[in-house]
Amino acid sequence: MPTDDRVLLSVRDLHTTFKTDDGDVKAVDGVSFDVHRGEVFAIVGESGSGKSVTSMSILGLLPPDTADIQAEGILWKGENLLEGSAGRLREVRGKEIAMIFQDPLSALNPVHTVGKQIGEMMRIHEGASRKQAKARAIELLKLVGIPQADRRVDMHPHEFSGGMRQRVMIAMAIACNPDLLIADEPTTALDVTVQAQVLEVLLSIKDEIDSAIMLITHDLGVVAGLADRVMVMYAGRAVELGTADEVFYETRHPYTLGLLASLPRLDDSGREKLIPIKGSPPSLLRRPSGCSFHPRCPFARVPGICNETEPPLHLVGGMAHVSACHFAEDMKNVGVAELREEETLA
Amino acid sequence: MPSYVIRRILLLIPTVFFAISFLFFLFFTLPGDPANLIAGGFNRTPDPGVVQRAKERYDLDKPLPVQFVHYWERTLKWDLGESYKNRRSVNDILGEHAVNSLRLGIWAILIEVVVGIGVGLIAALRRYSLSDKITTVVTAGMSALPVFVLGFVLQYAFAVYPHKHAWPEWLTLRTQGLGPDSWAFFFIPTGEQWRYLILPAVTLASVSTALAARMMRGSMLEVLRADYMRTARAKGLDERSIIVKHGLRNALIPVVTLIGIDFGTVIGVAVLTETVFSWPGLGSEIASSVTSRDLPVLLGLTLTVVLAYAIINLLVDLSYAFFDPRIRLGEGGEK
Repeated sequence: MPTDDRVLLSVRDLHTTFKTDDGDVKAVDGVSFDVHRGEVFAIVGESGSGKSVTSMSILGLLPPDTADIQAEGILWKGENLLEGSAGRLREVRGKEIAMIFQDPLSALNPVHTVGKQIGEMMRIHEGASRKQAKARAIELLKLVGIPQADRRVDMHPHEFSGGMRQRVMIAMAIACNPDLLIADEPTTALDVTVQAQVLEVLLSIKDEIDSAIMLITHDLGVVAGLADRVMVMYAGRAVELGTADEVFYETRHPYTLGLLASLPRLDDSGREKLIPIKGSPPSLLRRPSGCSFHPRCPFARVPGICNETEPPLHLVGGMAHVSACHFAEDMKNVGVAELREEETLA
Repeated sequence: MPSYVIRRILLLIPTVFFAISFLFFLFFTLPGDPANLIAGGFNRTPDPGVVQRAKERYDLDKPLPVQFVHYWERTLKWDLGESYKNRRSVNDILGEHAVNSLRLGIWAILIEVVVGIGVGLIAALRRYSLSDKITTVVTAGMSALPVFVLGFVLQYAFAVYPHKHAWPEWLTLRTQGLGPDSWAFFFIPTGEQWRYLILPAVTLASVSTALAARMMRGSMLEVLRADYMRTARAKGLDERSIIVKHGLRNALIPVVTLIGIDFGTVIGVAVLTETVFSWPGLGSEIASSVTSRDLPVLLGLTLTVVLAYAIINLLVDLSYAFFDPRIRLGEGGEK
């Protein structure tokens, strides 16, 4: 396997399957990607596309009795985490890879003070004393912009507002200067005004501790301003992967295009109609034949190759811009405007 | 917080007043004249002169409202009167029986806390295992089994049967009575005392232990699925610390409520257990005072139980704030 010094995390052919009474649900079905040092790598997709499951699989946070994780490798700095001991995995968790969860109210323990929960990181990984841990917790709270940190360190999560709680989560995640921060929908549960603040904190922290961020979101607006590279997921598979500019301006997959067309823009003066993607994501128990997206795709040729053959990810331009569409080449000539036309004709 | 405590203590006054007044009037709706019973007649006609003297001695010749006022006048001075049956001071009877109830109650609660929480926790952590299934079946059975049935079964299994088959002495427990009444630190049985204590304590604890175990299991299972447990795992904590530091205290919140309520119950209302094992506590004494129409004993002991129950409830409510910091005592509404 190639080991590139720039590559921090390399996920190779990840399959995560949930066993249910109705059958096996392939939540992640053969996903591969690399996260480089210091970059912001975004995974984008609708609910149920497998983006959160991908991140949880990396750290082994899924319940082992229902989730089955298979992969050629989950390489963390060249070391396969799937083969690592439980002790090694615990060392990586929190210290080298830290997570920020979606809903900070439920993700923080209601019965412990925020200081204790942040300080716990140093207690686990650095053997800090109670006093040291608390002092560091106050520092971290200041760093993420919480006023009166020395007083608020002794408060409980319910005494904070949503945005402040997410700052606490961030403070907790960065406590041990991790190399990678996995932020799973970090702003979804927050007010729009607060979202921007929290993202700003996240980015400034990233520079401060020099870590990479894996940003998981369904919000392309969030991705646009932040991400270096983007992976778009649909029904457990990667459908497009490239730099943010490539994915946004040289879109080569109809699903990505659909996401972009359904995004409201402030600069279109309200004349442009938003185009929703028709239908809803497929059940992962009964995946459509061929390309999983073909029942919802305005460009699909059905019957034909789209419902017969599963399209592989292939290079469509740039250094590493890949798309899983049979007609990715034709997508060159299609933008959001053309999609609108197509929709009005239909 | 202090104003909350004061308010709660003031609320005790109407609670106790209404509870005791209700019992007072209820007593006089029972058929039969207490004075007749005092004068000696259950099934024979007592001497009218004796009945008259009994009425005068115990106020029974006065109209009911007057009796009621007299009753409260004495009660406020903590003079609970004397037993109709044997003229013993109710204060003495209370002192003697309350201690026995308290000792039995403490042990029942200890069993409930240790066994109930322990079994529930293990069942939750080993969900769907054989031990979990056994726990589910046994606790369902225990909570449905009448206390007196369990009491008799235990008496047979651990006292009567070993005695008949001449088992070694240290294996044989006792079925009846208080025993030698020897204790260390108020509640630790010494000498032979434990042989008398075990069976009634286990019997008294049975239902509440089963309920506590079921509640602990359910509560822990819910906590295990909580997001903050996943956060704890993502921090790199080992499984044991995740359960102990992050799970346990959250899972205990509803169980503490249950145990708090049981505290009042085991001390006051252990009527059946105390009767089956002839344990001279408040419960058995209240039961016998009802059958013998011994009003002062009934009211005096019930008053104590109501007071104890209310005070324990207050302490339990205060303890919530420790277990669940989201609870702010004394502030109205949800926070």
